[in-house]
Amino acid sequence: MPDDRTQLEPPVLADLRLRVNGVEHELTIDTRTSLLDLLRERLHLTGSKKGCDHGQCGACTILIDGRRANACLALAVAHDGAEITTIEGLAGDGGDELHPLQAAFIEHDAFQCGYCTPGQLCSAAGMLAEHRDGWPSAVTPYAAVTANGPIELTEAEIRERMSGNLCRCGAYANIVPAIADASS
Amino acid sequence: MRPFRYERAGDAGQAVALLAAEPEAKFLGGGTNLVDLMRLGVETPRTLIDVSRLQDHGRIEETADGGLRIGAAVSNSDLAADPRVRARYPVLSSAVLHGASGQLRNLATVGGNLLQRTRCPYFQDVTKPCNKREGARDRGRCPAREGDHRNLAILGHSELCVATNPSDLAVALAALEATVHVQGASGSRAIPIPGLHRLPGDAPDRDTVLEPGELITAVELARRRGPGSRQRYRKVRERRSFAFALVSIAVVLELDGDAVADVRIALGGVAHAPWRATRAEAALRGAPVTEASAARAAEVELEQAQPLRDNGYKLEIARNLITRTLLELAEAG
Repeated sequence: MPDDRTQLEPPVLADLRLRVNGVEHELTIDTRTSLLDLLRERLHLTGSKKGCDHGQCGACTILIDGRRANACLALAVAHDGAEITTIEGLAGDGGDELHPLQAAFIEHDAFQCGYCTPGQLCSAAGMLAEHRDGWPSAVTPYAAVTANGPIELTEAEIRERMSGNLCRCGAYANIVPAIADASS
Repeated sequence: MRPFRYERAGDAGQAVALLAAEPEAKFLGGGTNLVDLMRLGVETPRTLIDVSRLQDHGRIEETADGGLRIGAAVSNSDLAADPRVRARYPVLSSAVLHGASGQLRNLATVGGNLLQRTRCPYFQDVTKPCNKREGARDRGRCPAREGDHRNLAILGHSELCVATNPSDLAVALAALEATVHVQGASGSRAIPIPGLHRLPGDAPDRDTVLEPGELITAVELARRRGPGSRQRYRKVRERRSFAFALVSIAVVLELDGDAVADVRIALGGVAHAPWRATRAEAALRGAPVTEASAARAAEVELEQAQPLRDNGYKLEIARNLITRTLLELAEAG
């Protein structure tokens, strides 16, 4: 069983600054706090979901300094000073304007229960930026990998690049064309 | 999770000194393995020393002899996407891209990837006995040997441990004959891969040859010998993506006309360390790659395998990976 000595050790607190969806926050937190718990419990941004808390489902995907990451495995203290974008901020401060990915997910009926959807959207946004930057994937043909050439965003590429986001409702068949649509 | 102090080091010397001064401290890279294990109670550090932003550790640089030096804090994503890595060492880019997910690769560091712990279900579960996690107190207590070992080792295991190393990066580096640079309290040293990861033997609690307090600072790749280097990484797993290997392979092949001038074959998913198939390599050198010679090479290597009750299926996968990858590379334009 886990060692009971942890009952005798008090929490360690640390200060940090984060910019979340354009808003600056200064916080004092327990060092054990993940970015996911900080967003949900302290900042009440409950759009990011806790599906597994072990980096295996992608429901907690956010953007840290523009790159997609699992918020559940990111210790908040390790990201002091970072710029965070959550699903709540994906569309910018545009009020009623949806992000193109959000519009495409609605258009293509790319969700059922909606629980994985915030993670899918943030992950897709990060993924499309990676693709624009010319990043290869595990299914990119070697010729394009070695030649640093342009990479076509095929269905196989989208599926591979989004493999970190699970959907128990099985909405993948509509998620993929939604992302393809938003990428053009 | 046990409460811990968090500190950020400025440079490697400071990181090493900070760790030496703290009992029960660990280095923190991207946290994608360590935080997971802390949440499971498998790892219980009292202090974390963040080395993900160490000065000079976040870059990939050319070396004087035309190779590359990769800082240990470079993210997996940045490593795989780097144009120089893609052009000269595509097997390395490919191997990294076959691991984890996009989100994890963005956070995970090169150093952390090499030091990730086994996925053996007994190691990961603190309610189960495990010689690696607890230190070997009673011989023969490895519960996986008689239990669930379907995805564990067929080579190089011991009575005390049948765990496998899960890193794809390590397999590619083993085929590229990379060197790991390490800094400790008593100075720096260079460790070759293969050679960083141990076989379990009598001390399964030690995954690598690193001494306590040693920090990986960089991975160095030698200059590729020329445009004739053919490279491939293949990974066989139960899902098409985002799963650990059942068996994986990295091959680097150099031909002189039709004959094999040099070949390096590394297998993943089969042992406590990336497994260099040196017997297969010796059998292949100096002659063309044919179906017969590739099959013979696989046979000669896998003769020494010791499959457990439920993981013998890995032999056929390993055999097929060796023969098909060799033939594919030999036949490629």
